[in-house]
Amino acid sequence: MGELKLMKGNEALAEAMIRVGCDGYFGYPITPQSEVIEYLSREATPRTGMVILQAESEVASINMIYGAAGAGRRVATTSSSPGISLMQEGLSYIAGAELPCLVVNVVRGGPGLGTIQPSQSDYFQATKGGGHGDYHLIVLAPYNVQEMVDFVKLGFELAEKYRNPVMILADGAMGQMMEKVVLFDQQPRKTEFPEWATTGKPKDKPHRVVTSLFIEPEVMEQVNLRLQAKYREIEQKEVMFQTIDTEDADYIFTGFGLGARIAMKAMEIARSKGIKVGLIRPITVYPFPYSIYKEIAPKIKGILDIELNAGQMIEDVRLAVEGKVPVEFFGRMGGMIPDPESVVEHFEKVFLGGK
Amino acid sequence: MGIQVQEIPINPEIVQDENLLYCKPDTLTPKPFHYCPGCGHSTVHKILMEVVAEMGIQEEIIGVAPVGCSVFAYDYMDVDMQEAAHGRACAVATGIKRMMPDKFVFTYQGDGDLAAIGTAETIHAANRGENILVVFINNAVYGMTSGQMAPTTLPGMVSTTSPFGRDVHTMGYPIKVSELLATLPAVAYVTRQSVHTPGNVRKTKKALQKALEYQKQGLGFCLVEIVSNCPSNWKMTPLESNKFIDDKMIPYYPLGDVKVPEVK
Amino acid sequence: MTEEAIFAGFGGQGILSMGMILAYAGMIEGKEVCWMPSYGPEMRGGTANAITIISDKLISSPIISRFDSVVALNQPSVDKFEHKIKEGGVLIYDASNILKPPTRKDIQIYGVQGSETAIKLKNVRVLNMVILGSFIAARKTVDPKAIYKALESVLPERYHHLLPLNQKAFEEGMALIN
Repeated sequence: MGELKLMKGNEALAEAMIRVGCDGYFGYPITPQSEVIEYLSREATPRTGMVILQAESEVASINMIYGAAGAGRRVATTSSSPGISLMQEGLSYIAGAELPCLVVNVVRGGPGLGTIQPSQSDYFQATKGGGHGDYHLIVLAPYNVQEMVDFVKLGFELAEKYRNPVMILADGAMGQMMEKVVLFDQQPRKTEFPEWATTGKPKDKPHRVVTSLFIEPEVMEQVNLRLQAKYREIEQKEVMFQTIDTEDADYIFTGFGLGARIAMKAMEIARSKGIKVGLIRPITVYPFPYSIYKEIAPKIKGILDIELNAGQMIEDVRLAVEGKVPVEFFGRMGGMIPDPESVVEHFEKVFLGGK
Repeated sequence: MGIQVQEIPINPEIVQDENLLYCKPDTLTPKPFHYCPGCGHSTVHKILMEVVAEMGIQEEIIGVAPVGCSVFAYDYMDVDMQEAAHGRACAVATGIKRMMPDKFVFTYQGDGDLAAIGTAETIHAANRGENILVVFINNAVYGMTSGQMAPTTLPGMVSTTSPFGRDVHTMGYPIKVSELLATLPAVAYVTRQSVHTPGNVRKTKKALQKALEYQKQGLGFCLVEIVSNCPSNWKMTPLESNKFIDDKMIPYYPLGDVKVPEVK
Repeated sequence: MTEEAIFAGFGGQGILSMGMILAYAGMIEGKEVCWMPSYGPEMRGGTANAITIISDKLISSPIISRFDSVVALNQPSVDKFEHKIKEGGVLIYDASNILKPPTRKDIQIYGVQGSETAIKLKNVRVLNMVILGSFIAARKTVDPKAIYKALESVLPERYHHLLPLNQKAFEEGMALIN
């Protein structure tokens, strides 16, 4: 077992970036995740030689990521909602040029400048594309500080396996809270780089070009077909979810990240009242675990979806159950956090005809 | 990309080593340039790649192509290259150089890319003293999108979006990028050149070579601005465009070194 | 065993570190812990709070609305959290600071002379340790030894000469609960 520590989510994430052997981090401060760049600025370079650069904007930082990832390096950036919006152009290019990298969104409430409090209102942006063009990020939704660490490692593995950007979709609470974490051991930085990386033209071999530009529509369609085939493969192989007490459940609570933690507490309350509630927590929100919902739908009376937004993941849950079971929603917006008692109250109202 | 390399009939009596006066450097691909007749891009591509060949750094250099007429620069320049989003070349180059400080890195950008949409990325890369070469083609017009006003379009100059001439009171003044960047302490070398006469071509090539030498010495950010012809969008013949450069462009954008590294 | 606590007061009173020390102590004892601070501009001189959960089981929501115990070091915190305490729960407040004391009958209320004790120790900054001592005496969430060990981790090394003072403050705080 690795090292046990009590750490803030943002700092644990930064520590994991160092330990995974990251070559570079390019970012711009924004609440509630500025601890990441602060921690890295203090810790990273002396320990592993990792390059840390505070860019002039998120537009610049994501394009620095493009350049560095195009050189075959392990690189990451982090931001929060407004900054992630600025990165959407770059993310589209990165997806188009098929560059592996890790992007973390410590989501805060929007729209606009919004609030700095936790939210999950960037689910659509994260899972459905975000920038222009037909593309997907692989999106991991941590629900505790341990997963903030583990998903850095997993994220790079998936990014490099599929040559695709990976996003960790966290929220202000995941970034700010402290929990126990087991840290994995320091991994060495890479010394060999992929064939396609622009590290200087190899002698007697063609030069490498990193680009998302394929101006002939016939060629661009082929590029798209290849991307879509990759996304289908990811959907086949990389779906991750967690279920708790679903075997005897009459009802299912569902949510991702912080929403799932709240749903778990609400489930405890409901169970203490004798209501058989189980939980489904998507871990990858793209690819989304449609099949588990579809499978469970005929066996239950209803699903309550809990999110810190106006109801975004619920669209995927409803797609999954194909109308076989009612799917209801409870959420708070703008940085407000649903409390577990209210979740149960709402559940009783919509499903049990109570209060 | 759709353009086929044409077979040129060869007369074996003429094609002899002792008759060779000129050839493309190995650092250019065989693909013929798609640029318009009289356009400065072809010349700059060629001399930049000649410098790379002469310095023997083809395997040590990574280029960043812009969005603009030279978006396909990587089809011609036979070195590893990345295609940047519009305006972001200096940020992309920063990412590359920071990962591989021992390699040479250059961007190749037009006026819209560098001085309009990419102003922030350009200024901050310069201000950090990123040890890269920025080749800046200033032809005072948006070429790729067919002749709209650029940040460098001259006062009174007609473009498709300033059809009555650039009115500086509503459209602002042309930006003198070289003079602007030269004020930043981390900028090592700034020069403005042109490629409209053979003499100027030689001077520009010398400037490019100097800039890469400075990069090798780790001196920091180097900018080679090249006042360049765009006969198609200026609605001129190539010859008329040369005269326009002499009569209109150079008076506003004077040629020569703006900042040179201090000799220690 | 699960303790769902919240520490609340003015920014600068050491509210956040109180919860953090408790969380560390819980971890030292092998328990599951979660510490969730309020954050943002409210931290600058306004009210701050930290939800701290210690449990034998996996902790579900890090953010909760009903508490086993509340530590309130200013009036707004008493007003805000008194009614969020579970029946039979505990409210500890700094009696030196509160004009309008809590009134609930179905919870245990301790008004401790925290600030006065800290002044006696000639360092008002140990108020949080005094109160944490009272908290542990009342709740017995963790062993005091775990708190002393946690202090060493939370307090930066350059302040380690203050460890004895902090421990003294903690002990005085414990003595305030009978």
